[in-house]
Amino acid sequence: MYLTITADGSPTQPATDLGYLLHKHPEKVQDFSTSYGTARVFYPEATPRRCTAAMLLEVDPVALARRARRGNSGPDASLSQYVNDRPYAASSLLAVALGSVFRSALRGTCAARPELPGREMELRIEVPALSARGGGLVRRLFEPLGWRVRAEAVPLDERFPEWGEARCLRLSLEGTATLAAALRQLYVLLPVLDGAKHYWVSQDEVDKLLRAGEGWLEHHPEQALITARYLAYRRGLAREAMERLELVRLAEADDTTVGELDNAVPPTPETPEAPEPETTGTTGTGDTAAPVSLSAHRRAAILAALGDSGAARVLDLGCGEGRLLADLVADRRFSEIVGVDVSTRALRIAARRLRLDRMGERQAARVNLFQSSLSYVDSRLAGYDAAVLSEVVEHVDPARLRTLEHGVFAAARPRTAIVTTPNVEYNVRWESLPAGEHRHHDHRFEWTRAEFRRWAEDVAARHGYTVALRPVGEEDPEVGPPTQLALFTATGPEEPADRGRIDARRKETAA
Amino acid sequence: MTRLAVPDLSLIVLIGTTGSGKSTFAARHFASTEVVSSDVCRGLVSDDQNDQSASSDAFDVLHYIAGKRLAAGRLTVVDATNVQSEARRQLLRLAREHDVLPVAVVLDVPEAVCAERNAARPDRADMPAHVIPRQRRELRRSLRGLEREGFRRVHVLRGVEEVEGAEIVRERRYNDLRHLTGPFDVIGDVHGCRAELEVLLEQLGYRLTRDDTGRAVGAHHPEGRTAVFVGDLVDRGPDSPGVLRLVMGMVEAGSALVVSGNHEQKLGRHLRGRKVRLAHGLAETVEQLAREAEADPAFPARVAEFVNGLISHYVLDGGRLVVAHAGLPEKYHNRTSGRVRAHALYGDTTGETDEFGLPVRYPWAEDYRGRAAVVYGHTPVPDAEWLNNTICLDTGCVFGGALTALRWPERTLVDVPAERVWYEPVRPLGGESPSGRPLALTDVAGRRVVETRHLGRVAVREDNAAAALEVMSRFAIEPGLMPYLPPTMAPCATSREEGYLEHPAEAFAGYAQAGVREVVCQEKHMGSRAVALVCRDAATAEKRFDAHGGVTGALYTRTGRPFFDDPALTGALLDRLRAAVDAAGLWQELDTDWLLLDAELLPWSAKAAGLLREQYAAVGAAAGSVLPTVVADLERAAARGLPVGALLADQRERAGCAAAFTEAYRRYCWPVDGLDGIRLAPFQLLAVEGRSLAGEPHDRQLALIDRMVEADPGGLLRRTDRLLVDTGDPASVDAGTKWWLRLTGAGGEGMVVKPLHPLTRRPGGRLVQPGVKCRGREYLRIVYGPEYTRPRQLERLRERHLGHKESLALREYALGVEALDRLAAGEPLWRVHEAVFAVLALESEPVDPRL
Repeated sequence: MYLTITADGSPTQPATDLGYLLHKHPEKVQDFSTSYGTARVFYPEATPRRCTAAMLLEVDPVALARRARRGNSGPDASLSQYVNDRPYAASSLLAVALGSVFRSALRGTCAARPELPGREMELRIEVPALSARGGGLVRRLFEPLGWRVRAEAVPLDERFPEWGEARCLRLSLEGTATLAAALRQLYVLLPVLDGAKHYWVSQDEVDKLLRAGEGWLEHHPEQALITARYLAYRRGLAREAMERLELVRLAEADDTTVGELDNAVPPTPETPEAPEPETTGTTGTGDTAAPVSLSAHRRAAILAALGDSGAARVLDLGCGEGRLLADLVADRRFSEIVGVDVSTRALRIAARRLRLDRMGERQAARVNLFQSSLSYVDSRLAGYDAAVLSEVVEHVDPARLRTLEHGVFAAARPRTAIVTTPNVEYNVRWESLPAGEHRHHDHRFEWTRAEFRRWAEDVAARHGYTVALRPVGEEDPEVGPPTQLALFTATGPEEPADRGRIDARRKETAA
Repeated sequence: MTRLAVPDLSLIVLIGTTGSGKSTFAARHFASTEVVSSDVCRGLVSDDQNDQSASSDAFDVLHYIAGKRLAAGRLTVVDATNVQSEARRQLLRLAREHDVLPVAVVLDVPEAVCAERNAARPDRADMPAHVIPRQRRELRRSLRGLEREGFRRVHVLRGVEEVEGAEIVRERRYNDLRHLTGPFDVIGDVHGCRAELEVLLEQLGYRLTRDDTGRAVGAHHPEGRTAVFVGDLVDRGPDSPGVLRLVMGMVEAGSALVVSGNHEQKLGRHLRGRKVRLAHGLAETVEQLAREAEADPAFPARVAEFVNGLISHYVLDGGRLVVAHAGLPEKYHNRTSGRVRAHALYGDTTGETDEFGLPVRYPWAEDYRGRAAVVYGHTPVPDAEWLNNTICLDTGCVFGGALTALRWPERTLVDVPAERVWYEPVRPLGGESPSGRPLALTDVAGRRVVETRHLGRVAVREDNAAAALEVMSRFAIEPGLMPYLPPTMAPCATSREEGYLEHPAEAFAGYAQAGVREVVCQEKHMGSRAVALVCRDAATAEKRFDAHGGVTGALYTRTGRPFFDDPALTGALLDRLRAAVDAAGLWQELDTDWLLLDAELLPWSAKAAGLLREQYAAVGAAAGSVLPTVVADLERAAARGLPVGALLADQRERAGCAAAFTEAYRRYCWPVDGLDGIRLAPFQLLAVEGRSLAGEPHDRQLALIDRMVEADPGGLLRRTDRLLVDTGDPASVDAGTKWWLRLTGAGGEGMVVKPLHPLTRRPGGRLVQPGVKCRGREYLRIVYGPEYTRPRQLERLRERHLGHKESLALREYALGVEALDRLAAGEPLWRVHEAVFAVLALESEPVDPRL
């Protein structure tokens, strides 16, 4: 990690004053030890006309990895903690080093020359590798502060231009400012730009932010974003990391990025990895492409369908973070509510969202959450009044849909089953969704109205159900509603089969 | 002396007033762990064995313990007064719940004796005087009704002498024939098809005995085999009396066993004079018997005695074989209760009827997970097929199908076609195939222990199973097409060689130390692991692996995900692979119509593109952006006389490392378009029909694969280079080291060293590592970071601990081999999947990911 600060001198103000301000002599090469490795300060150039101070932070990747898994006993960590761009691309770690090596400059004090810190200078700050995705945010953060920003993209590998740009930039800032202000801004904004996780958690981060932001942050147009991102990273990260480890290992075993496996739940406020505003991807999470109200429409439609069915004991198969569960819990018509998901992380979030641990005993007795899978037959799911599969089927490979069908319609065999899924025809109405793309990258397919109807009627016929299809959301005269709902009702005996597997019936020829 | 017979699995309820000597009696006749005492339970919950206010809780505990013991199949004695019918009713319910016979043993001892004994015990001395008389009254009231209450045996011991002189005799249950080891020929539903039965018996090698009129009256096998009939000998067919005569003769001579079918049950009721409807072919039997009685008036009575004495199921051959007419779930094996008998005779009906008006049966066999094979009949099926270690032998002979027998323990089928349709079926033969059924969650979820042949019990932790469940459910292909997942592999011991973290010397030394001389060094291809299941055609894939939609196999990653998102691409690759197998003539040579291969698919960038972009290239890009600037600035500082010489040299070295890093991963990247550019390097043939090849020596394996590679018409396959090394011969070891240096010097990832003979064990008996990897110096930059070769880092990295990784590698290997064994043996899918799932679960165990 490397950063240079260059000051241009004038006849009245020699550039080498920078040395006084930084409290580091221009003719010396000095080493400082910081929590993550050694910071070296030297001056490639030091003349009255121009003076450049350089800080080279050599982080020790092994120490870094060890710190990252603090609290975790085994010799265990993700591979990405060993092989990553941390030692090279400037990030929050550099901010920490700046704060400690140039402490007095940051504070704006200079014992030898007390008049210097208040003086503005012509400064150029260069970071040859800055951890940040895209130049847009960099400009939004630094330009309002008066910097002329140059942010050059760095290609990932010139041999493979199709791989695109690295998530680091070559940054140069030019402008007139006091050195203290410039350093404080860097101190706050480097971590804000850094999309990756932080490796340090400290109790007094708010105080630090307020101190370092004094004089510039309160007027910054992106103040909210800066505050949120600066602080957000520090919350709950250790816990999240622990929860994800098993999946991380499985992803690594398979040469894939963690995100490819650990995506059952979209990033939540606790995992602030939301796409940056300037990125164009709209398929990142849930219904980012949809109007916010669509999921509310969907839940209302499901509740209405459940109401029509008169169900009291309800399964939410694939409950995710439990948004529908919350609605069900609030409705006294439902005496038993079971939320099931294959992702244990989703279930933990659902439990937190429902505040299960703080619910009264009587209330809590109505709700049960557990891990299950529709790829296997789970006898615990048999015998309920209704089962909801809201935005679930499209996450299942077509080849494995028959397993889900068996598990739900033959084995669990609820009296009522409610299935919702996107209507792919409607996708053209979303300008932000590139043509031909799915609404969520984990969708294995999206059906037209005709395809959904065909599937639903086929399933109903094979398993002894009748089915009615309903639109969800505002219906477009041409392409239909954004979401479609199928309401299945068992035609068999009134009592839900307590043993399941009716379609697997083997019939005897003898009495 | 009074001998009290009790079944060896029963719930024995002692009945007697306080002071009657129950505990003494129990202690004398039973092991202390077989006895559950209410006094002890009272003590457990209240610290006072005589605290009557704790009785309710104490009996909860007593019932719980007794229930656990009975569930585990252990004889249990309840030591409590049990003089009240309510107390006994609860115990009778417990016995029924666990399908064991309840036995009452009454200790009828005079009041004075009881009172005297109590008075001698300090803890009971102040018991109110009315207690014993009251209990005696209750006891006397109970005595007559015990059998009616539901006790299957009642033993009453009157007086102190009888109590003291009694002896308990444990009797084997009627259905327990575990001591008979056969060999057996289990024969399906005969239904009066005498002619077909005679042909079948002769085909099986039995010699028929005939009477003067030429009627078969018995049969025996010269090798002493025993025929076992699954029931339904009678009704519908042309000669039920003839079948009975033959089978009864065999049973009398000890050459056959018969379990009762529902038709025998009904015939027995008819012959006992009960009113039964003469339907479902009974009328024919009754008529045939009446004709028979004209010549042999005693025959119906013999038949009645025979059918009324039939047992509803047998457990044979050390518990490995269970025969019951309509099948039997595991919890009923060797149990004795009305519902066990009902299931054995009729199966588990759901109470519904189908469109033909026939009862709908619950498919118990789909849920069956027992280790004992269950052989049954009752429901006509087009073909006898194994499902979850159960098989139905009723191939509908009387309906024009066939009469089928299963040879045990050979597990081969023998059948004789029906001479004609003797009886029109209500519903056409055939029906839904049991395939395509999902596995049960209980086959994989939660903490589990998988028994492996080579490493014993391998445990899976709950957290790991939960993670595996998510990945298996959301991303993996269908379990049927994924009969194997590859294990992880440990690296060789850490090298002290300057500049190296891994070096062949350690690999060879490690095996030499384990007593393994012959090893094979295999070139390690740097791509992504791929398992290929290639079938000869779609029909094979459907029949053997329950595939559907016309797929001809599968190509999947180490976590069971499809290698390509596009099924058409998978299909195209399998086509090319199949062409190579065709051309090499391996189908015939290996006598199979499918192959399972372990392979590496190249280039790395084909599958790991995301990882390359997000992780590896990102490092190179950042380093390439920052280090040249640092070096240039340091050069300027040096030029103006600052003492940065050492620092500059250092940073130049870093820049060199970073460039080497980029070069290292670039070697494994090249563009692909569809299958163009894709190479598959198979390095192990895992299994073919009926055979696991995991134990084949690696040179033989590779020779077979070489033939595929040579015959490959499409240029898909890549050869795996290899060298045999003798770890005891310094020259050979030296050659191996040079070979590795050449391989890795040319950009190769490195090599894997394996014992030439898989499943080799150390002198002490423990399995040696199935292979160790020895990775090249440059390749390891990708794993340990660009600058790992700098001496300070290397020194620290040498403190790596391999123990856990080695243990994990062995466990996963044993599970993988276990899955192949189970697959080859034709075991049920859940058994194969259990081992495969465990491999995935173990992959999520915490271990240093760089190893």
